[in-house]
Amino acid sequence: MPEREVSLELVSITKRFGQVVANNKVSMKLYKGEILSLLGENGSGKTTLMNMISGIYFPDEGHIKIDGQEVVIRSPLDAFKHKIGMIHQHFKLIDVFTAAQNIILGNKGEKYQIKKINEKVREIASRYGFDIDPKKKVFDMSVSEKQTVEIIKALYRGANILILDEPTAVLTPQETEKLFSVIRKMKADGKSIIIITHKLNEVLAISDRVAILRKGEYIGDVETKNADIPLLTEMMVGEKVELNIHREEPKKTKERLRVTHLSIKDINGIQKIKDVSFSAYSGEILGIAGIAGAGQKELLEAIAGLQHYEKGSVIYIDPKTEKEENLKEKNPRQIREMGVRLSFVPEDRLGMGLVGNMNLVDNVLLRSYEKGRSPFLDKHNPKELTNKIVEELQIATESVNVPVRTLSGGNVQKVLVGREIAASPKLLMTAYPVRGLDINSSYLIYDLLNKQKEKGTAVIFVGEDLDVLIALCDRIMVLSSGECTGIVDARSIKKEELGMLMVKSNDDLKNTAPHVLVDGLLNQNNEETEAGYEY
Amino acid sequence: MDYIPLLFGTIEVAVIFLFGCVGEIFYEKSGHLNLGIPGIVCVGGAGGVFGTFLMMNLNPDMPGFVVLLVAMLMSVVFSCALGGIYSFLTITFRCNQNVTGLALSIFGNGFTSFVLNQFILPRENASTLLSIAGQKIFCASLPFAKDLGFFGQVFLNHGFLVYFGLVVAILSSILLFRTKIGLNLRAVGEDPATADAVGIPVIKYKYIFNFLGAAIAGFAGTAYIMNYMNGIIGASVSADLEAFGWLSVALVIFTLWRPHLSILGSLIFGFLYIAPSYASVLFPGVTFTFYGKELLNLIPYVVTIVVLIITSIVGKKNVQAPAALGKPYFREDR
Amino acid sequence: MNTKTETKKAHNPFVRIVKRERLPFRVRIWFYVIAIFFGLLVTSTLVILSSSKDKNYMDFFAAMFSGAFGSERRFWIFVQDFSLLLGVSIALLPVFKMRFWNLGGNGQILIGAMVATIVMFYWGGKMPDPVLWILMFILASNAAAVWAVIPAIFRVFFKTNESLFTLMLNYIAMVLVKFLISFWYPTGSGAMKTIEVGGLPSLGEGKMGIALMCFTVVTIITVAVIIHLVYSKRGYEIAVIGESEKTAKYIGINVKWRTILTAFMSGAICGVVGVLLSGLINHTVSTTMDANMGFTGIMVDWLSRFDPSAIAPVAFLITLLNKGIGQVNTEFGFASQATNSVITGLIYFFVISVTFYTRYKVRFRSDIEEKMKKVTTPITNFFKRIFSRKKKEEVK
Repeated sequence: MPEREVSLELVSITKRFGQVVANNKVSMKLYKGEILSLLGENGSGKTTLMNMISGIYFPDEGHIKIDGQEVVIRSPLDAFKHKIGMIHQHFKLIDVFTAAQNIILGNKGEKYQIKKINEKVREIASRYGFDIDPKKKVFDMSVSEKQTVEIIKALYRGANILILDEPTAVLTPQETEKLFSVIRKMKADGKSIIIITHKLNEVLAISDRVAILRKGEYIGDVETKNADIPLLTEMMVGEKVELNIHREEPKKTKERLRVTHLSIKDINGIQKIKDVSFSAYSGEILGIAGIAGAGQKELLEAIAGLQHYEKGSVIYIDPKTEKEENLKEKNPRQIREMGVRLSFVPEDRLGMGLVGNMNLVDNVLLRSYEKGRSPFLDKHNPKELTNKIVEELQIATESVNVPVRTLSGGNVQKVLVGREIAASPKLLMTAYPVRGLDINSSYLIYDLLNKQKEKGTAVIFVGEDLDVLIALCDRIMVLSSGECTGIVDARSIKKEELGMLMVKSNDDLKNTAPHVLVDGLLNQNNEETEAGYEY
Repeated sequence: MDYIPLLFGTIEVAVIFLFGCVGEIFYEKSGHLNLGIPGIVCVGGAGGVFGTFLMMNLNPDMPGFVVLLVAMLMSVVFSCALGGIYSFLTITFRCNQNVTGLALSIFGNGFTSFVLNQFILPRENASTLLSIAGQKIFCASLPFAKDLGFFGQVFLNHGFLVYFGLVVAILSSILLFRTKIGLNLRAVGEDPATADAVGIPVIKYKYIFNFLGAAIAGFAGTAYIMNYMNGIIGASVSADLEAFGWLSVALVIFTLWRPHLSILGSLIFGFLYIAPSYASVLFPGVTFTFYGKELLNLIPYVVTIVVLIITSIVGKKNVQAPAALGKPYFREDR
Repeated sequence: MNTKTETKKAHNPFVRIVKRERLPFRVRIWFYVIAIFFGLLVTSTLVILSSSKDKNYMDFFAAMFSGAFGSERRFWIFVQDFSLLLGVSIALLPVFKMRFWNLGGNGQILIGAMVATIVMFYWGGKMPDPVLWILMFILASNAAAVWAVIPAIFRVFFKTNESLFTLMLNYIAMVLVKFLISFWYPTGSGAMKTIEVGGLPSLGEGKMGIALMCFTVVTIITVAVIIHLVYSKRGYEIAVIGESEKTAKYIGINVKWRTILTAFMSGAICGVVGVLLSGLINHTVSTTMDANMGFTGIMVDWLSRFDPSAIAPVAFLITLLNKGIGQVNTEFGFASQATNSVITGLIYFFVISVTFYTRYKVRFRSDIEEKMKKVTTPITNFFKRIFSRKKKEEVK
């Protein structure tokens, strides 16, 4: 077999952000004319690695080679010079410009003759099979059309190496097929393409080779023709890590939250949640697993009253009165006024859950400021509460009067979680509560969640670390592209099985052998129901 | 009825608005809301007068085009000097644009009043020389224009600055919408981060077009004093200039940030500005109360508010202000 | 390797601007004082050079102070104008805290003044004065409040730009005032005669009485607003909305309603200032009555960085400056008010420039900073030793 030409090579690339090592001595090759899939869980370092190739970050150690020559890529402009084009998940387009204008913006050495430019754009489009009207304005475009503009932007500048970051995340199946045929044509034209993706069936469909990253390390690569889903999942998630998180059996569980046939579209009209139904029970931790962007954010926000939904219902069952309260169309204030004790720890800590510029007491005040009949704030009680929270959660801060954003990430989260728990919720929802936290703080949070579970709170835990989910939760619901692909027993599920549910779609699952989903957990007599499934 | 003075006056006033508006359009397209345009219009006028006086004082028979040239040059010098303060404070020092602009207007008003009323006018022959320059040079039009009937008297009878303004507006429109530089500038005003990422020097563009905007807006002042007022400087000249500045800011919204529309818009505003004085011509037979005419002055502002409301309700992106208007630019740390 | 040094340079640029932690007001005010000092230095030089009279620097600074404190009459006028400016600044503070840019203070003042004048014109002498006063305050403040609420409604529901909207309303207010005057005095010069009846009461004789009345009214309002902003639940909501609208919605704060109500309050207080201007001080109305306080108030609020405790001192400083400049104008023989604006504008430029240093630090490349530290460290150590020696002596 002839020696394949190496288009791009990464040699021992390392990148650190403070204490976190995002990429650790990653060495990788990209051959000319191949489609390489880059696979990895959240936090595995794929986007950081690609950002270094496209000039957004600069490696702390190691170097990059293009066509055998070592190169220095300090900015996106350098990347352009080396014929590298990256298409990010968040598009960098100017809304009021046309496709053509966005494509040639900043392109040196070319006269501004719109007719010629439009022609060139159409020519590139037809060469690879794109459907694009160069004169259309970006704000009139669908997401798929915007993505096309971004791709043509790279091709127009003569990119030979294209990197696509989760390109199918925002596309319908039909648009995905179209994109794939374009990618195949680009390959036929001699371009080398890297696709960052999670969708295993797409990996198998489009790529020649798959490279896997895990927790910042390069695990290895495999020719796609030699790979299958179980193999890829195993490489992606790795061995199970024993975490020693204490887990009690749920006692006397009662239904607390019932979500039925929920469907949510986001502001751009994209379906984020499709017909999801589940229940959360008191005294249990329900985990929600899924790739980033599978709809977890929209789901939690919908329940909390922050996100509008067209179809479905969200019902809260009051523990004392057993009365069912419909939470639809209610905002957080109304939900509280109904007597529903719902606490929500959002993913966006400083942007949503807390006010960065305010001090700790004022932030703790957010949940309780309405108390009392007086028009004035009671700062005395919240101050005591804040001191209590600081002490119990071992928050490292000079005083409670400093702005919350001056605290380190872990401590910021402790303030947020502490406040939400202090409201004695009956339903507690947390999104990525231990993201970015050190080990000790993480265990503290698990501890807090367990205490809530013991008190009889229904806890919903959206997480990204599968080991944690398996160790901490009682049941786990898996979201994949907005659908619920399974609700499983955490004690018996295997990590690879969980990983596979995360990347499959319900259509895939339907096509395989029927499986048994576990829904509802223990009956009052503490007998475990037989849990298991086949795929 | 004799509509000629009305129409003629409309064009004379319109060009003042046109300069101010096109100047501010360049500012806003680069992302800067400059509430100091009233001040810049003022000092531009002061510069124009200063230049005129300088030349006329040297030699009352100085050839017209020399006087014009020096007057316009001085107008640019003055307006760019003041504009430079705004640009430095808001671009390099990243200070709040509204506050800086307001300080500029306060200063510009006072400075102009001082220069014109305290410094130039008291000098010997100043007012005479200036009114001579105004009538003979600035208002000098094509000699045969008056004989060309209605069209000639209305359209061809104007001074140099009027036609200059028209050319400036057309060239500005071409620059903004048909050249690469214009595309880059618009990118800077919409999304400086993206513009920076593709290699456009954001800060450079901001400075250059800020200065261009200042220079053009300054001509509004010169056009008012030397052309419209024939070189006669009234006691309230700086207040009048300032009012033109504020109306120009409004006109930018009304014309949706497009210089070619500004030509039309400034004609409308010019008409509305001058209409109260010609109410009897417009509505023969209707006796207007003194106070009734006052209400006509409301129209430009009400019309601008209506446009503001409609464009925000419609929400269509291509009629909105540049998206990054008012925001200072920081390159994100990499 | 060449590339390595190249890249090192690229990531260690020559000069960088870094955001500072929020400086406390007591530190910031020193920056402003220094800026004003330099501004005065420059402007005093210009003034002395261009004045026809033979004066020096001492005369300049003396005039600056005597503008406010030079005579009893001037002092009371100072108190009056300080109160009015404080009133406008405090009116604008809550809406600015919510990032609602109300540039329409001037118009709101004028509307308040206009409505108060209308009340005096038609009903002055026809009903007992106290009733008249109550009517004036209620009608004028509501009218001015509406002037602020209209833009607020459009901003809340349609995201209409409130800066431009409120600016336009300023001009409409001016036209309405002119209209009113020409309606009442069709043959007049455009200025209105003073109204003899229905004027508001003062707390004493002459200028002092008027000043004390203004001071009292504004102090009550200022205290109320500050208590509202700092200690009340709604004030807390205003702060949260201004800091992070996302968080406000997450907590369930009704952002739309709070914005509209706060705008109402803002306009109403400006209206009260208008009532004082027309009902108490001038007994008439004119288009320049607002004395640009709507804009000066913005300056006060911005310099205070929207900190309620800083508003009064800053308003004090700026009024002092204005009075001083006016006095300089007269004493140095300038015929018109133009130099007022010139000096004011110049000093504002200096103060605006200094805010750069209160918000950002200029950092140089590490090797240059090393060299700079060699020079600056001994100096700062010297000062530190002096101050610590002082402390030791006090302890003894």
